[in-house]
Amino acid sequence: MQLDRWISFVILCISLIYGYSAFFVMDELLAPFLKRNPIWPSTFPKIITVLAVATSFIILLKIERPVERKSSSDMDLSELKNYKIKEAIILLALMVAYALLLRPAGFLLSTISFLSLGGVVLGERKIYLLIPITILATLIIWYLVQGVLGIFLRPLPFFL
Amino acid sequence: MLEGLLIGLGAAFSFQNIVMVILGCLIGTFIGMLPGLGPMSIIAIMIPVAITIGDPSAALILLAGVYYGAIFGGSTSSILLNAPGVAGTVATSFDGYPMARRGQAGKALTVAAIASFAGGTIGAVLLMIFAPALSTVALLFHSAEYFAMMIVGLSAIAAFAGSGNVAKAVLMTLLGLMMATVGEGALFNMPRFTMGLMDLQSGFSFITLAMAMFALPEAIFLVMNPARSVQGGRKNDIKDLRITREEGRRIAPVIGRQSIQGFFIGVLPGAGATIASFLGYAIERNLAPAKEQKEFGKGSIKGLAAPETANNAACTGSFVPLLTLGIPGSGTTAILLGALIALNVTPGPRLMSDSPEIFWAVIVSMYIGNIVLLILNLPLIPYIAKVLTIPRTYLIPFILFFTLMGSYIGQNNSTELLILVGFGVCATILKFADYPLAPLLIGFILGSMLEDNFSRSMQLYDGVGFIFERPMTLGLIILAMVLIVLPSLRSRFSKKISSDVAEGD
Repeated sequence: MQLDRWISFVILCISLIYGYSAFFVMDELLAPFLKRNPIWPSTFPKIITVLAVATSFIILLKIERPVERKSSSDMDLSELKNYKIKEAIILLALMVAYALLLRPAGFLLSTISFLSLGGVVLGERKIYLLIPITILATLIIWYLVQGVLGIFLRPLPFFL
Repeated sequence: MLEGLLIGLGAAFSFQNIVMVILGCLIGTFIGMLPGLGPMSIIAIMIPVAITIGDPSAALILLAGVYYGAIFGGSTSSILLNAPGVAGTVATSFDGYPMARRGQAGKALTVAAIASFAGGTIGAVLLMIFAPALSTVALLFHSAEYFAMMIVGLSAIAAFAGSGNVAKAVLMTLLGLMMATVGEGALFNMPRFTMGLMDLQSGFSFITLAMAMFALPEAIFLVMNPARSVQGGRKNDIKDLRITREEGRRIAPVIGRQSIQGFFIGVLPGAGATIASFLGYAIERNLAPAKEQKEFGKGSIKGLAAPETANNAACTGSFVPLLTLGIPGSGTTAILLGALIALNVTPGPRLMSDSPEIFWAVIVSMYIGNIVLLILNLPLIPYIAKVLTIPRTYLIPFILFFTLMGSYIGQNNSTELLILVGFGVCATILKFADYPLAPLLIGFILGSMLEDNFSRSMQLYDGVGFIFERPMTLGLIILAMVLIVLPSLRSRFSKKISSDVAEGD
């Protein structure tokens, strides 16, 4: 099965869970006097569920025949093995690490490490240049965010 | 109108706002030049900054400046590197890149700048004429019509974004609507679909979603495919920016025609700059004399001016539905709408009467933005083009960092960053499978408004009777259905014809 049909299957499952909650769970929580209202909190979600289930089936069962098109600028799934997926995954992992470390490690340390490690992952070898540049950039950004925009970012690790 | 224009001039000509326009145009041009980063990603990255400014007109002026700058920057990279940053500037590279290869990069950039300037300015004049008229009409709309209008807008966006894959675009819109229902809505005072998680109590953050849908997938693609971030090591001598009087005379009618064409295409929801630029190119090629027709695709000055003008005029045109109806017609205006709502401004027909200074300041900022682009950016282009030589080992980590920072600043919550990465990965997979992402974001932004208007009409008419009792509502809903069904029927039909022909052959 092609990727787009797999995705429509996943969205179908999401819609079914969403719909289950809309059709069966939400209305039970409704206060009795609200039930006289023509519109319930679940009305709109119910409509979306029906439409989303129907549309996912259209894609899943290939009722609408997709037009094959090739756009030169976009990514091509058949080229996947030629892409640098490992680098992308490492960078995403770095982003997750950044999210988890931002508070405990402080803005300066986590940002400098993120930018330098990111550069190294992408193949930068001149580390003696990379690290000073990232330190400078981080300090400038920190000044801009804290000083100019007035948003507090804890600069140092929690123990300092 | 004159009075409004004066209000706008008063508001826009403050020191702060002029700095905003200049800054916006420069930032936009800088980032827009990087292949792969289109106006949507840049505006998404700039929103947190704009929101912290606090003053809605200044924020909108900054974002509008970024928008024009990004489009101009996108044309620059199309011309110099044949690497269009966005779909809207693809047609620019048809003739712009051959010109640059012939050593006329400077001339090509000048033509692009003049064409963009003219397109943007004429577009702004048309906007000034049509927007007030349209908002007077829009004031007659009730919630039922608004609901129907939004349905039409969403359908049109899906119909255009899908181009043969309408079902996918519709599904993305519906997914966006689903995501909009998560959290505690104003209407019902009860949390919905939060799965008991406190972090979802206030729903998904629009900035995080915008970053995850547009900025992050582009950055991931840049990582995966190094060829996408073409390095600007190539020596392009950008000199001789002048064009001759004869050339000016040749492109003048093209610019005139395409400004009007582009503007009206831009007004249509979902059509936007891409369609306008391709259409402009096609029209001019057909109108050109046979001798000039052969030049198209090989460095024709008309072929460069046409899409550039149409593209910029369409961008201005796309502000019409945003400012008058509060319904965005494109991904970019959807992001702008989100930013406005975050700044406590509700765009729509009342914007003009309630806060005319914002409305007119935006229009005046369009003029200023275009002039800034022309006089500031054009001489600076040879220097700005240096940004293309930043190595990707520095560029990509910084882009990723700015997306992270953007969603962190908005919420001050590191869970938001995990949501960003999660959605970013999903968006990348969706993009691989050719699912359009703009409908998702537009659905998400319009979702709560759509539900509000729907609920209000339901309450007023005690049921779905409003659809049949208000002829305009019924008409609009039928139009929406036609928009959805027609393209898929047509593709089915044309496929049948072509397969018949193939069999006949």
